[in-house]
Amino acid sequence: MVDPVLEISDLRKNFGGLVVTDGVTLDIGRGELHAVIGPNGAGKTTLINQISGLITPAAGTIRFNGADITGLPANKRAELGLARSFQITSVLPRFSALENVALAVQARIGTSYRFFARADCEQPFNEAAIAALAEVGLAGREHTLAEHLSHGEKRALELAMALAMQPKLLLLDEPMAGTGHEESARLIDVLRQLKGRFSMLLVEHDMNAVFALADRISVLTHGRILASGAPHAVRTDPKVVAAYLGEEME
Amino acid sequence: MAQTLAAFSTVPLRRPDRPGLLPAMIFLVLALIPAAATLGPQSYLLGLFTRVMVFAIAAMALDFISGYGGLVSFGHAAFVGIGAYVVGILGAHGITDMLVSLPAALLASAIFAYLTGTVCMRTKSVYFIMITLAFGQMAYFIAGSLAPYGGDDGLTIRLRSTLLAFPFLQNDRTLYYFVLLCLFLAYLMFRAIVYSRFGRVFRGARENPTRMATLGFDVFRFQRVGYVIAGAVGGLAGFLLANATEFVSPAYMSWQRSGELIIMVLFGGIGSLHGAIVGAAGYLLIEEILSGITEQWKLIFGPLLVLVVLFARGGLLGLAGAMRERLARGRPRA
Repeated sequence: MVDPVLEISDLRKNFGGLVVTDGVTLDIGRGELHAVIGPNGAGKTTLINQISGLITPAAGTIRFNGADITGLPANKRAELGLARSFQITSVLPRFSALENVALAVQARIGTSYRFFARADCEQPFNEAAIAALAEVGLAGREHTLAEHLSHGEKRALELAMALAMQPKLLLLDEPMAGTGHEESARLIDVLRQLKGRFSMLLVEHDMNAVFALADRISVLTHGRILASGAPHAVRTDPKVVAAYLGEEME
Repeated sequence: MAQTLAAFSTVPLRRPDRPGLLPAMIFLVLALIPAAATLGPQSYLLGLFTRVMVFAIAAMALDFISGYGGLVSFGHAAFVGIGAYVVGILGAHGITDMLVSLPAALLASAIFAYLTGTVCMRTKSVYFIMITLAFGQMAYFIAGSLAPYGGDDGLTIRLRSTLLAFPFLQNDRTLYYFVLLCLFLAYLMFRAIVYSRFGRVFRGARENPTRMATLGFDVFRFQRVGYVIAGAVGGLAGFLLANATEFVSPAYMSWQRSGELIIMVLFGGIGSLHGAIVGAAGYLLIEEILSGITEQWKLIFGPLLVLVVLFARGGLLGLAGAMRERLARGRPRA
């Protein structure tokens, strides 16, 4: 891959005796949507946590836009343009949807060491936030507290927060988790709109979503990459069928 | 913008950013107390309410970090004590000008907050409470060991702070108004901070620190700045307390004092700022009244506090809000 956004090489992580990341090497090209699939407990979320800086790997390197970020804390990585969503919804429950996203904008533009003027009246923040909310289908819900949004809306809000950061790479940890059929169809539509504009790493159980969206798929089992390649190649890979897709399709 | 604000007012939940008229009423009452006091035991009332306002300032700073920042400090009295000791120690060396002692008090408390905060912020929840308590006790014992400044017995302040050699706090009524001014400015400052860019990050860090980090905020640094601001305002309260009591002692920093400040915040209504004033007034006035009746006043005050915490979430402010809502619905009391 020429000039990838993200290069992970030989990443290793263990929790005590449990090896959760066992020599993972993968990369994401510019504008590519790279999906990572695998059974529960394969180490997908741990992988995303290491890329976003919430967990320090035991060994291996993570390069982002050519720079080694393996030792950087999460907030520095976010500053560099790495945004993520969480499998278990992670928003600010008692902030309005607008303020959740406005904070993401505030982190990106302008200092936060301002102590006197009201932040919720700052138009540049609010306008960018409103645009991001509209993009994920949350127009009209700006002033609802995040804790009062439906589950699907919270998933969309997570996505809006990540988008508002105008990231160079989006890490999406099961954005469809727990959503109903209609909601997940809507989220797939949203992701299709975003495809190409953002480089994305998508962890997802919803195979419809994965095969509809991914440019490349890597299959993770027991912390290792079992197979990696174009969707049709992965789908027919006998190892993958045996280890994962087979049981899923029963 | 008007539209934005209008939309905000339709949000169904009681929003923390709608303090309404209550703060204005509180300050109006406080401004009128010196006039009303002339009808009764004047110096006693002035002294009592000066104390109320001094503790309200300290409690408000605590409410800022605990109610908005989620950092419940059990060592907040240390900041007050440090501010007071700066006045006492400088006074012992003949320096009484508040142009020196006031900034020195703020700075000393801020530095203490910065240093201890750097350690405390590494911990969370119960551990944070314990470590702030430990630092508070450390300050308490250091103050008690200051033999040249009275040790455990404390230190009498011979002259209240002066301004360019003019003894302007000497008059109790002037002191009262000066404390009221400080309380008012502290309130305005905290209210502005809470809604500012910084305040939004500070509040967000309490809601979901992990999320804030992945948005790009260095949560630790923001929380430490908040802690330093609260520490400096605690130092302001200490400066005023030393002047009001004309005395400083290690007891100002005891963990019981820190506990009282937490009680004041809870009693008034955490996370509201002006609730801290109500809480400080409620606590000190009830103490004053009950201790006049019986020596064992805490036997009555304890259960009372339990009732408020159990049945009036949001303290006295919450209680007042609930009653107002009932009246507004026009329903006779069941």
